[in-house]
Amino acid sequence: MNLLEVKNITIKFGGLTAVQDFNLNLQQGQIVGLIGPNGAGKTTAFNAITGIHKPTQGKVILEGRDITGLMPDKITKLGIARTFQNIRLFSNLSVLQNVLVGHHLRIKSSPLAATLHLPQYIKEEKQMIEETKELLKSVKLDDVQDEKAGSLPYGKQRRLEIARALATKPKILLLDEPAAGMNPQESQELKEFIMHIRDEFNLTIFMIEHHMAVVMGVCEHILVLDHGITIAQGTPEQIQNDQKVIEAYLGVETDA
Amino acid sequence: MTNIMRQNKTLKIIGVILLLGLFIYYAQNNLDSYKIRILNLCAINIILTLSLNLTNGFCGMFSLGTAGFMAIGAYTSAILTMPPEVKQMNFFMSPMNQHLMNLNAPFIVALIMAGLLAALVGFLIGAPVLKLKGDYLAIATLGFGEIIGVVFTNTQTITNGALGLKGIPQYTNLYWGFSLAVLTILGLMTLLNSSYGRAFKAIREDETAAQAMGINLFYHKSLAFAISAFLAGVGGALMANLLSTIDPTMFKFTYTYQILLMVVLGGMGSITGSIMSATIMTIMMEALRAVESTIDLGFVTIPGIPGMRMVIFSIILIAVVLFLKNGIMGENELTFETLEKAIQRFQSKKGRENHEPTRG
Repeated sequence: MNLLEVKNITIKFGGLTAVQDFNLNLQQGQIVGLIGPNGAGKTTAFNAITGIHKPTQGKVILEGRDITGLMPDKITKLGIARTFQNIRLFSNLSVLQNVLVGHHLRIKSSPLAATLHLPQYIKEEKQMIEETKELLKSVKLDDVQDEKAGSLPYGKQRRLEIARALATKPKILLLDEPAAGMNPQESQELKEFIMHIRDEFNLTIFMIEHHMAVVMGVCEHILVLDHGITIAQGTPEQIQNDQKVIEAYLGVETDA
Repeated sequence: MTNIMRQNKTLKIIGVILLLGLFIYYAQNNLDSYKIRILNLCAINIILTLSLNLTNGFCGMFSLGTAGFMAIGAYTSAILTMPPEVKQMNFFMSPMNQHLMNLNAPFIVALIMAGLLAALVGFLIGAPVLKLKGDYLAIATLGFGEIIGVVFTNTQTITNGALGLKGIPQYTNLYWGFSLAVLTILGLMTLLNSSYGRAFKAIREDETAAQAMGINLFYHKSLAFAISAFLAGVGGALMANLLSTIDPTMFKFTYTYQILLMVVLGGMGSITGSIMSATIMTIMMEALRAVESTIDLGFVTIPGIPGMRMVIFSIILIAVVLFLKNGIMGENELTFETLEKAIQRFQSKKGRENHEPTRG
């Protein structure tokens, strides 16, 4: 069975069709990439899966359950976590607190129990902090746990955003341009990091990325979007040799 | 934090509360009624400032409904605590609703009811309004405050309309005021340090990201809004039973503005900042009455201008916005550790100064 199935999604903003008939099948453990020129509708497709936009048509099915049009927080609870293209950390909170927020969705204590620090809550909080520290260690951010998230260097902020998403214990992780603004050294590290978290947390990853070295290096399957239409999909080799993809990126040669 | 450190902190907090208790005991028995009144207002303003800081500073919702919620709390408590005879005397224009006429409850029940009713209204108002952001939310909540005023002016048989209510029993004293203020402070501190507090702050920092982290925005925003309304309601109830006279014009926007000023001065998102600014402002508000009376400087006489205090406060606000953008405390808290460090620094400085003459 497919873990995530996106069936013929179309998203329209007024008269503009941002994404048309988008299809996607994710199997457990896959790393799938989504590429395309700027404005192709990649992030819009992401937003439709995570509930920020309600698709005009089509369905999103997670483990056989229709999740089309649910609120973003509900979808996160069901197991799809994401990061954002422009980093959206809680900048004034510490690194530790940022990740702790990702644990909040599983809290069982009521606000009153939390205010009174009842034993049940203290136990929950203790477990949260333990898990968070473990997670920070595995993403190598444990040395900066008390620093403000906004004061971290760029590469670490990206990693923290992924760690925060991991704290929600997702089945599927959606990464929106994780390598944006990274130098070759950093993107090489990111590649290894993505493979590492996929194996360690048993994840399925769907990512948007412009950095071809990263996409070709980690993705088993790639979809190419142009003007909202899926123009190609296949293995990295197939995509690299696809005429339509080359045209979309480099333009068509016209005879003078 | 280790257990010993935590125990240590708890002991210190208990110590501070005991000291405050001793001071209150002394004040209630020895100070004149004017000073006691000011201290009572301090306690009430601390509660109100924290109430507004919860929504505006910690949760990032710019709400201006404080005065409206206070009005609900004040009227609830007034109606519950006034004996039937006094009500009879108040409602000479048109008789009071019979069911409300015979209602009577002890002060503690009145306080809780005042808070709960304000929280209920807060939730009902919040449900549709909290979808708005920033300025729009501010305007919507401001409108709510005005509507409450108009409603209370026109519900003659419940609130006695524009005539207001007189002869409310003066139950509020320093013990009530400060024990509720301390409860509010402790409650908010533990709430805001809990996972829910982190969720509130996450919403303040970035709503979209918070929602993507699985935080239910509607639930958490309504929760913060209702708690804030509850506290404002309790504050209003304390106020009604302190002043003994209330009318709808008391709870106009100017009151919200004063509380907002205290929140901004103390620092949006700082509990200790709010406590400090509420105390300082309340005392200054009275101390500055001097500038409104005629001042005789010997060679020139400055006539008393009513409202001069507010001019001074406006100047303070402008200065704060210009030079101290984040208020006294910003988002930081005054903790025992920072205090101890400051004392240590001061002592070592003093020590150096004492040694200097012998060296020189």
